[in-house]
Amino acid sequence: MSVDTGSSRAAAKPELVEFTIDGQQLSVPKGTLVIRAAEMIGIGIPRFCDHPLLDPVAACRQCLVEVPDAGNGRPMKPQPACALVAMPGMQVETAASNATVAKHQEGMLEFLLINHPLDCPICDKGGECPLQNQAMSHGPGESRYEGVKRTFPKPVHISAEILLDRERCVLCQRCTRFSTQISGDEFIELAERGALSQIKNYEDTPYQSYFAGNIVQICPVGALTSADYRFQSRPFDLVSTTSSCEHCADGCELRIDHRAGTVRRRMAGDDPQVNEEWNCDRGRFGFRSTMLADRLTSPLVRREGVLEPASWPEAIDAAARGLARAGHDVGVLPGGRLTVENAYAYSRFTRAVLGSNDIDFRSRPASAEESAFLASYIAGRRFEQAVHYADLEAAARVVLVSLEPEDESPIVFLRLRKAWRAHGLQIVNVAPFNSAGATKLGARLHATAPGGEADALRTLAADGLLDEQTIVLIGERAALSPGALATAAELTKRRGARLAWIPRRAGEVGAIEAGALPALLPAGRQVADPGARVDLAAAWGVASLPATTGREVNAIIEAAGNRQLQALVTAGIQAEDFLDPRALLDALESVDFVVSLEQRRTEVTERADVVFPVAPITEQVGHFINWEHRIRPVQLVIDENPSPMTDVRVLAALADAMGADLGMRSPAQARAEFAQIADWSGERAHGPIDSGGGRPVTSQPPAPDSLVLAGWRLLIDDAAGLDGATELLATAPARVARLAPADAARLGLVSGDPVEISGPAGRLVAPVELVGEMSPGVVWLPLNTGSSLFATLGAHPGDRVHVTAPGSRPDGPNQSDGGAQ
Amino acid sequence: MTDVLTPVLTENWGTPGSWQLENYRSRGGYAAARKALTEMTAAQVISEVKDAGLRGRGGAGFPTGAKWSFIPRDSPKPTYLVVNCDESEPGTCKDMPLLMASPHTLLEGVIIASYAVNAHQAFIYVRGEVLHIVRRVRKAVEDARAAGFLGTDIFGSGYDLEVVVHAGAGAYICGEETALLDSLEGRRGQPRLRPPFPAVAGLYASPTVVNNAESISAVPAIIRHGAAWYQSMGTERSKGTTIYSLSGHVRNPGQFEAPLGITLRQILELSGGMRQGHHLKFFTPGGSSTPMLTPDYLDVPLDYESVAKSGSILGTKALQCFDETTSVVRTTLRWTEFYKHESCGKCTPCREGSWWLVQTLRNIEAGRGQEGDIEKMLDVCDNTSMKSFCTLADGFVAAITSAIKHFRPEFEAGYHTPAWELFPYEKSALFARPRQVEEVAS
Repeated sequence: MSVDTGSSRAAAKPELVEFTIDGQQLSVPKGTLVIRAAEMIGIGIPRFCDHPLLDPVAACRQCLVEVPDAGNGRPMKPQPACALVAMPGMQVETAASNATVAKHQEGMLEFLLINHPLDCPICDKGGECPLQNQAMSHGPGESRYEGVKRTFPKPVHISAEILLDRERCVLCQRCTRFSTQISGDEFIELAERGALSQIKNYEDTPYQSYFAGNIVQICPVGALTSADYRFQSRPFDLVSTTSSCEHCADGCELRIDHRAGTVRRRMAGDDPQVNEEWNCDRGRFGFRSTMLADRLTSPLVRREGVLEPASWPEAIDAAARGLARAGHDVGVLPGGRLTVENAYAYSRFTRAVLGSNDIDFRSRPASAEESAFLASYIAGRRFEQAVHYADLEAAARVVLVSLEPEDESPIVFLRLRKAWRAHGLQIVNVAPFNSAGATKLGARLHATAPGGEADALRTLAADGLLDEQTIVLIGERAALSPGALATAAELTKRRGARLAWIPRRAGEVGAIEAGALPALLPAGRQVADPGARVDLAAAWGVASLPATTGREVNAIIEAAGNRQLQALVTAGIQAEDFLDPRALLDALESVDFVVSLEQRRTEVTERADVVFPVAPITEQVGHFINWEHRIRPVQLVIDENPSPMTDVRVLAALADAMGADLGMRSPAQARAEFAQIADWSGERAHGPIDSGGGRPVTSQPPAPDSLVLAGWRLLIDDAAGLDGATELLATAPARVARLAPADAARLGLVSGDPVEISGPAGRLVAPVELVGEMSPGVVWLPLNTGSSLFATLGAHPGDRVHVTAPGSRPDGPNQSDGGAQ
Repeated sequence: MTDVLTPVLTENWGTPGSWQLENYRSRGGYAAARKALTEMTAAQVISEVKDAGLRGRGGAGFPTGAKWSFIPRDSPKPTYLVVNCDESEPGTCKDMPLLMASPHTLLEGVIIASYAVNAHQAFIYVRGEVLHIVRRVRKAVEDARAAGFLGTDIFGSGYDLEVVVHAGAGAYICGEETALLDSLEGRRGQPRLRPPFPAVAGLYASPTVVNNAESISAVPAIIRHGAAWYQSMGTERSKGTTIYSLSGHVRNPGQFEAPLGITLRQILELSGGMRQGHHLKFFTPGGSSTPMLTPDYLDVPLDYESVAKSGSILGTKALQCFDETTSVVRTTLRWTEFYKHESCGKCTPCREGSWWLVQTLRNIEAGRGQEGDIEKMLDVCDNTSMKSFCTLADGFVAAITSAIKHFRPEFEAGYHTPAWELFPYEKSALFARPRQVEEVAS
């Protein structure tokens, strides 16, 4: 566990307090708890309720120590070390020096065990249980209790994912404190009293939290278990690997436990700089998607229109032939979830092997403005220059633009909440309304309809809110709001605020570094810079690199659709994530040749000519770069495959077959090679950014029933990466359409009514939820809950959509009199 | 001997309609509040109460004036006065009669105390089960407000005060001051970690004084008659008068107000002694959480220091007297059952210790005890005592250890003989039900 003395903010030297534990003289920062001080000098004090990241509660009484002198010459009664602040001259005695303390601790363990079932042999916690361990190390060995134990019917589902065995609970309140203090989801509380006390959720509300898994991890007994892992394994049969989470750009350290070649569970790792000791449920429970029946196990080659299994040499030959036929006219869509090593392989493969610059990792709405922003502000940025989690904690103000932290960056959410609780960090939310997540951050709403972000930033700047004490966090959705990124970049520079861009996917910052963008080469080199091209061509051992700036993602899809491009290479993309999913699928069908590197069968692989199964994240090493530009190592978890076919390995084989050399055959080689070219001291892109190149705003005249669409991806939604996580998905929030009460009233809708939202591609119906502070003229929908809005509606945040009560449209499906529909 | 009694708080209890505002006023009521608000500064009120030597009547005996002086004067947050009327301890019954008979005495004290600590909002937290008292205090607040004693510009002094009467939801632990504050805030009533102390961060994290109802009720008399007058009663360090609640196997149970330092022997003589034909076996000086004492202690002055010297605590001065027909085992078990039921469950030793001790005591009561049970109980008590979060557990530990200390052979008898055989329960009941014995046995 991490030792947090609360000094991370203070650069000034803390005031020190001198006191003794078991006669040893200590000097600790003022305010340090005795239990933390004892840890520092290696004195073990048993504990259950204490947790360094939770406020002390002193409930379990296991950590009692004797204080012969409180520093004022007077003794104290036995004190809980977890709540006792070290005072000058205080003398503390632990069990190591005082037999009375050893008796206190033995007595307390005996108490904890009288009502605790001795079901360790069938308990998930058995083998890694603080109660079991401390009963052995500090307990009496034998219980003198001969009475009746308290029992409860078991277990209780406090949510679809979390189960509670009440008779095992020692009432340490770690879970309730986590919920109220850390995540802010006050859905569980102590109920009843005395020995019948128990943790309960509300009568008709389950425990709703994106961070619920943490309460299982910090439960010091087997009272809280996950439906996902219950009875899956014995802790001592598991092999643990420290790795990084692949689900988002926050970069959580993970502990991945596997047995018999299968991952059984994932836990939050302990990285005080990043995720502290927490992670989100998506990162914890969303690991089954590559264990499903649709996992690709062998290459596929299309023969006479049908995809059929093929040998690796056969598939590589087929792919090499097809790509060679396409010449330089190949577009590459590697997606945003790759490790830096894999992204780098795509970057080099595209430039040095295919001779193309048509590569774009952005499997999502993107814009030229964003490209320029990424080139100027993100590419080549060093860790030391970037905003870090600790900076968020130390800032006086954080402005959120096109970013919903709880859904899109959960660890940033936890840090912001921590800072708000600790010192009242002011959070300004540029959004159409304050979501439940923003409310948990105490955010001040700067009501802004999608598309109005640039104006909102100008207003904030004029109000003096973008000063040196401010950090602006801008999300990837800003690419949909013309001028937002350019304005954020310019105003923060001018006003002294710091700026960080937080994408959703784990591989995006790494892909920018690797040069998986049309105008960017690795490490911030620009395609337009001849010096950079020469430098890289030399490093890569090729005569030259293509000089024409490549196409961006939408242009690649368009060019493939009208056959200006002859072939596409894709990796780990989902059609529904793209601005126009239909256009992508059409392009995949139109273009002559498609090579897909994938883990599972998808809409994309079904349209490919050659499909290569690539190794999932658990079977390779590599790195992600999180939004802080911090390196996050990915470790090998399952080592049964001695030669995993990673993206690097497949691209190297393709290059070989095409008579070229990728220069690397494994992620380790890719890393070594990338390290050699990562230091670029030449010219980089620098602003100002032209904000005119934003996505064209639809010229539709606002109709009376047309509202501006707002929305974001929920943390737990229909994402492919969550497939198979059944219990987790059962906790996903339902789709609702959020409306301002005035708009709803105008449409004759009340809360809970179905409302129909229609866009160019189609329509959907969702129940209405009224949000009092919602900007008028805005309708909010989750982007991929129930169905992908990009596919279903053909509309995006910032677009106008028609919002009506179902049946009220003259051409609606419920109007059957015409019979033409 | 009647001159031993000094009715101050109870002065008007015998008058008709003593709880009504006009009757209270006709005996000089609210003159002290007027005097404090119009003629004295807050500091003068505090020093008057300090000089009077008034100590907390809730059991701990902390000097009331000193408590008031801890309130920071420069807090940007409001200051609150909270009156603890959550009287729930077995045997303790002084605040309820006080509020029943003269709620305006308390209210007048609330006005003076709030003025002294610069609180403009006071709360009276009344035990929820006693609905008639909640109603009576609410009516008193209503009447006082109508008369201008509460609200704005009281007595033309420019001082404003509002009072809320809050009914608890029925938990003994809410008599613990920090649990009371949590309960008052609408949370689950559980004691809070200290520091911060209520004086710094109490109700709604604001400076708060929490006083017992009897302590506050003593204030008007002190202001009216002066510190010297109050000082003149009581013992060297326990000043003034207090209400002793006599109950149990006595001829005339009830409230006896006397200067601190009176002895149980004196009170029994005043009240007519134990019931006919019986004699005192043991008593509690201040409710079931104070260690029991035997007739050897009949002459101990019932003040804070002397009772402490005798190995007990003055507590709430609830003198529960038990005669020789009473089974100590049974009494101790009933008390422990109460504490087990009321343990809030927050901390391990109280929650589990009470659960365990009740089971052992039940075995002993039923004659099913085993050799070593007493030692085991004493060790469990040792593992509980002073180690729990608040003092609730210390209460049941005190009852058990003092019972074993004074009456160990009765517990040893529980290794083979049911308590109801040694002490037929109907003999100790004033109104015994014939079937009671069988019910207990089954």
